[in-house]
Amino acid sequence: MKQPPLDMFVRLVSWGSTLLLLASVATVIGFLLFKGYGSFDLKLVFGDTPPLEALLLRRPVFGGLFPAMVGTLSLVVLAISLAVPIGLAAGIYMAEYGRGRIQQALGLFFDILAGVPSIVVGLFGFSVAVFLHRHFGGRIYPCLLISALSLAFLVLPYLIRTTQNALEALPEAVRLTAPALGATRLQNIRFVLLPRALPGILSGAILAIGRCAEDTAVIMLTGVVATAGLPRSLFSSYEALPFYIYYISAQYRDSAELATGYAAALILLAICAMLFAAAALIKQRLGARSHQRL
Amino acid sequence: MDGERIAQKVFLLAAVLSASVTVLLLAFMVILGLPLFQGGLFLEILTQPWLPGRQLFGVWPMIAGTLAIASLAVAIAFPLSLGVSSLIAVVAPGRIARLVKSAVAFMTGIPTVVYGFVGVFLLVPLVRESLSRGSGLCVLSAALVLGILVAPTMILFFSDALARVPRSHRIAAEALGATPAQVLIYVLIPGAWRGIVTGLVLSTGRAVGDTLIALMLAGNAAQVPNSLLDSARALTAHIALVIASDFDSLEFKTIFACGILLYAFTAAATLAVRRLGRKRTPAR
Repeated sequence: MKQPPLDMFVRLVSWGSTLLLLASVATVIGFLLFKGYGSFDLKLVFGDTPPLEALLLRRPVFGGLFPAMVGTLSLVVLAISLAVPIGLAAGIYMAEYGRGRIQQALGLFFDILAGVPSIVVGLFGFSVAVFLHRHFGGRIYPCLLISALSLAFLVLPYLIRTTQNALEALPEAVRLTAPALGATRLQNIRFVLLPRALPGILSGAILAIGRCAEDTAVIMLTGVVATAGLPRSLFSSYEALPFYIYYISAQYRDSAELATGYAAALILLAICAMLFAAAALIKQRLGARSHQRL
Repeated sequence: MDGERIAQKVFLLAAVLSASVTVLLLAFMVILGLPLFQGGLFLEILTQPWLPGRQLFGVWPMIAGTLAIASLAVAIAFPLSLGVSSLIAVVAPGRIARLVKSAVAFMTGIPTVVYGFVGVFLLVPLVRESLSRGSGLCVLSAALVLGILVAPTMILFFSDALARVPRSHRIAAEALGATPAQVLIYVLIPGAWRGIVTGLVLSTGRAVGDTLIALMLAGNAAQVPNSLLDSARALTAHIALVIASDFDSLEFKTIFACGILLYAFTAAATLAVRRLGRKRTPAR
């Protein structure tokens, strides 16, 4: 049977745009693999320093990605450990305690914060550093701590909302059982609701890690530099993978440096892909669990 | 019972602290950019050209640059996203739809800087050679990559909205003999318009707020672009470029004007989306 022209048109457009989109992603990934896979070896990460010496922090690494990888790792660990406790607590408030107007107003603030561009959050971090520099002696400059704090602000609304949604999605039966047996509100949250909502909260936290690892706009305003070696303290400048990729694209001196740029882009892509897969896996388990309940 | 009350206070404190960040963000920009608000200077800055040689520090070219790049990116992403979400909803439901949907979800996790990097070394030379004009760093290059970047967000919102249209409406149309394309165009898309507008507004917010793509691919010339092949500078890129200059100069203060503009735009987008009646945070 011949299809009506409208159906032909819709099929053509939807298949065409799907193939176009998938092809462009495949091109991005394929291009990086093609250009970057050749430069994967220990020298890429550690330069001319023996790997063991570098890992034990005995000798500095020059010309390798090691300092940038350590910088990104410390940044993510700091930012997440600042953001998760506050995000979790605020999410619990929104789902379990907040009522009426106050809850609505708080929700509005979180939604606005979630939409603020990351460069504006970076500008805020920079301004905070300037403020501290002027009022608390001249020792504070944009640094690792300021960057981590700004990244924490960036992912905070996201963590609050995933916590809130995970808690609110729990069925009423789960919510009422423990109180009926005499548990207090806090005991119910601590021993029943949070454990049941954990997969949802966890997958949200993992996606937040990915966001901290890939964000470039925030850190370029708050203390990341092209060459700093390993971060010496919370108050020192540092290197990071995404900034290194940006820097190489604009300032590479020779083809060897460019090759490390391709490799760094591949590494960052792989990290984010793994985090994404982990979050998806946890979410899938969550889905399987809620089907079991029915 | 004391532990209960302390816990409740702690949870409330965390929520209030988080909400105060939203206010502090704006307050810091306004206070540090204070000289801008005296004697009509703010309006001048928004409308004047950027000519540091003549002591003119207007950000109008950056506003025009952002508008050009973001609107072109959205114009590229919108039909593409509508096509992909139609495939998911109607044309190829089932296994193919699930596969496409996970690929799209994965795309939201690809780092922006990676898109920018590939754009610099793959797309820019292509644009430069095929159009034999300029450096290839232009509005078109940035908008093409930015379109690919915001499309996944749009698709997830669109296909979500299409799937929410009540099944009964669909079945009724099919019973009347509607073909899949007719169901899509006369039933699903009209029924999902709120979700579609929501996705459109939030993706526009993302396109306006993105820094790296414009910074890496648009060329950053502080001029109002006259064609797709002109270099342009976005508001976000302007902040990243001027941050290194002297803190007390008027040139530096303009970045707070850019920051306030970006904040105002994205806040307005958020309010618009909330008025549409859906409370959802953008998926990154």
